Amino acid sequence: MSNFVELSIAKAINAGLRKCMQENPKVLMFGEDVAQLGGVFRVTEGLHAEFGDKQIFNSPIAESGIVGTAIGLAMRGYRPVAEIQFDGFIFPAFDQIVTQLAKLQNRSEGYTPMPVVIRVPYGGGIGAVEHHSESPEAYFAHTAGLRVISPSNPNDAYWMIQQAIASNDPVMFFEPKRRYWQKGPVNLDEPPMGPYQARVLRDGTQVTIATYGPMVAVALQAAEIAAAEGMSIEVIDLRSISPIDFDTIVNSVKKTGRLIVAHEDSTFVSISSEVAARIAEEAFYHLEAPVLRVGGFDVPYPAAKLEEVFLPDADRILEAVDRSLAY
Amino acid sequence: MVQLLTPDGEYGVAKQWSEYAQYIDKLTEADFLKFYRDMARMRRFDKEAEALQRQGQLGLWIPAVGQEAAQIGSGYGVGHNDHIFPSYREHGVAITHGIDLMSILKMLRGVNHGGWNPEETRFHLYAIVLGSQVLHATGYAMGVKMDGKVGNGDIENDLAVISYFGDGATAEGDISESFLFAAINHSPIVFFCQNNQWAISSPVTSQTKVPLYQRGAGFGVPGIRIDGNDILASYAVTAKHMDEAREGAGPFLIEALTYRMGAHTTSDDPTKYRDAAEVEYWKARDPLLRFETFLRRQGIAQDFFDEVAEAGEKLSTEIREATFALPAPPVEHMFKYVYSEPHPLIEEQLAWLHKYEAGFGEAAHE
Repeated sequence: MSNFVELSIAKAINAGLRKCMQENPKVLMFGEDVAQLGGVFRVTEGLHAEFGDKQIFNSPIAESGIVGTAIGLAMRGYRPVAEIQFDGFIFPAFDQIVTQLAKLQNRSEGYTPMPVVIRVPYGGGIGAVEHHSESPEAYFAHTAGLRVISPSNPNDAYWMIQQAIASNDPVMFFEPKRRYWQKGPVNLDEPPMGPYQARVLRDGTQVTIATYGPMVAVALQAAEIAAAEGMSIEVIDLRSISPIDFDTIVNSVKKTGRLIVAHEDSTFVSISSEVAARIAEEAFYHLEAPVLRVGGFDVPYPAAKLEEVFLPDADRILEAVDRSLAY
Repeated sequence: MVQLLTPDGEYGVAKQWSEYAQYIDKLTEADFLKFYRDMARMRRFDKEAEALQRQGQLGLWIPAVGQEAAQIGSGYGVGHNDHIFPSYREHGVAITHGIDLMSILKMLRGVNHGGWNPEETRFHLYAIVLGSQVLHATGYAMGVKMDGKVGNGDIENDLAVISYFGDGATAEGDISESFLFAAINHSPIVFFCQNNQWAISSPVTSQTKVPLYQRGAGFGVPGIRIDGNDILASYAVTAKHMDEAREGAGPFLIEALTYRMGAHTTSDDPTKYRDAAEVEYWKARDPLLRFETFLRRQGIAQDFFDEVAEAGEKLSTEIREATFALPAPPVEHMFKYVYSEPHPLIEEQLAWLHKYEAGFGEAAHE
């Protein structure tokens, strides 16, 4: 019998970090306000009390410095986990991530692997001020050398953070911040699957919805509503957005013939663009309708009073389901 | 400004620099000759590389003529455990730490992006993005301290880090952030800024309002300015502050005042933006001639200089032949090191490329 506990996503990440830090003193956790406070979302709460300054410490408010020194620490044999406090604050570090972190393994012809994890709370839905609700994952998915993953539930959160830390490649770990408090069972004994595999969360026969991170709960809700109306929807949690597990999507589309890709990020040149292009190429003769996309509008993330309009909800997904079925 | 050797090659120590002169007192004649040999080697290498670029054998060359004293001197001031994070012009520092010069030419011929082992050589890869490497050096130094490798009085095991950058790079935020992180963590690191007066076509006055050696002070990083064309000052000041960093004194900034005699790279024409008179002024301060004058005064015979000139000719021939012989990398090289663990896109695209190329049959190899 496996050992299950009920945890929130935030607590599950915390537990995963704790396990890695216990098992390997070279695992370091740092970023803005992550030590005594436990981070603004309390994801690292209690870790400083347990591990002290040697393994977890506050960084100056300088994101390029946080990532740049993480790279140097990795060169020295450490396994740094750096927290970027909010999605919209990652851009001062964009250069270090894209020109250095992603490329050093390549530049050094394998001599300098980069076992660095960048943790980023991302996405909207918390009524925040500007720059606190963004979805910048596509910028990083576009960059060769990085791996980009995002859990949607506590069990994945617990295991995927550990898998990210174990990876010798740099991993951008996007945490769905509006789901931090969502609880669920965590299997403490064995990981559910590899970190780069998609998972079919709900079986269906008529339409496939592929999504990730904070939108997984929305897609499941849409599937539930549709089921009440007699429609059968399959839901796939991509889990990894670089690489993307296309095989799982293709297999689903072979069954349903219809695909909708959903995310919070603006749709123009986004993860859904890539999935749509790829599925058109690989499953052309299985498609009964064009791949449809449901995402944020192509505007800057709006002021909080409008975020409910910006963020796709179950109705927006169902509208796409109707359009797909109308073909 | 710390100067131990006047532009006329006269050795003299002002009272306030006597602590640096102690490092010179420990040098032997063999050390002096090694310094000169390597400065001459660096210049010969540079001239040959520039010629190779002009003949289309290299895509680009990044000359460092005029900066021989700053680089060879400080390179020898770095200890045998210490780690070095260069920018892209540190050919001289590379020479002092045994980097195969062909590794540098390989990059500029377009064969690879670096590819030597930074951990083994302790000379990390060239960094093209200005200032990026200084944060890596700072993080590395943080790790050295966490490892407990500082301040044990154990020269065999303790180590410090040095990072090289130019005057232009100091404008980058990464340099300021490096000073801050290093100061807060009291890290074992020396920041070595070669102020060669020009960032491509922009004079140093367009990068800074205060002398660069003072730039660290507000962050808690003390600094000093040295005559970067004086190899003895460059050696002694680097050696002393690396020793101190290793002993736990925290970060330090050295600004070496020097001059880029040539272009920024072979893509540029310095006659468009600087006066011939300025170049003449610095020609009179040539670091190699200065040290040669010093050595001749010390009684070093002509035979030695003849021998160095001969070695230069040999080096030229060697690197010329080795450059011609450099093979182009196989196509797999582009895919091989992107990730350290298997990645489906890489595997898929490499397989596609092989198939695509095979489609041309024998013609693909012509």
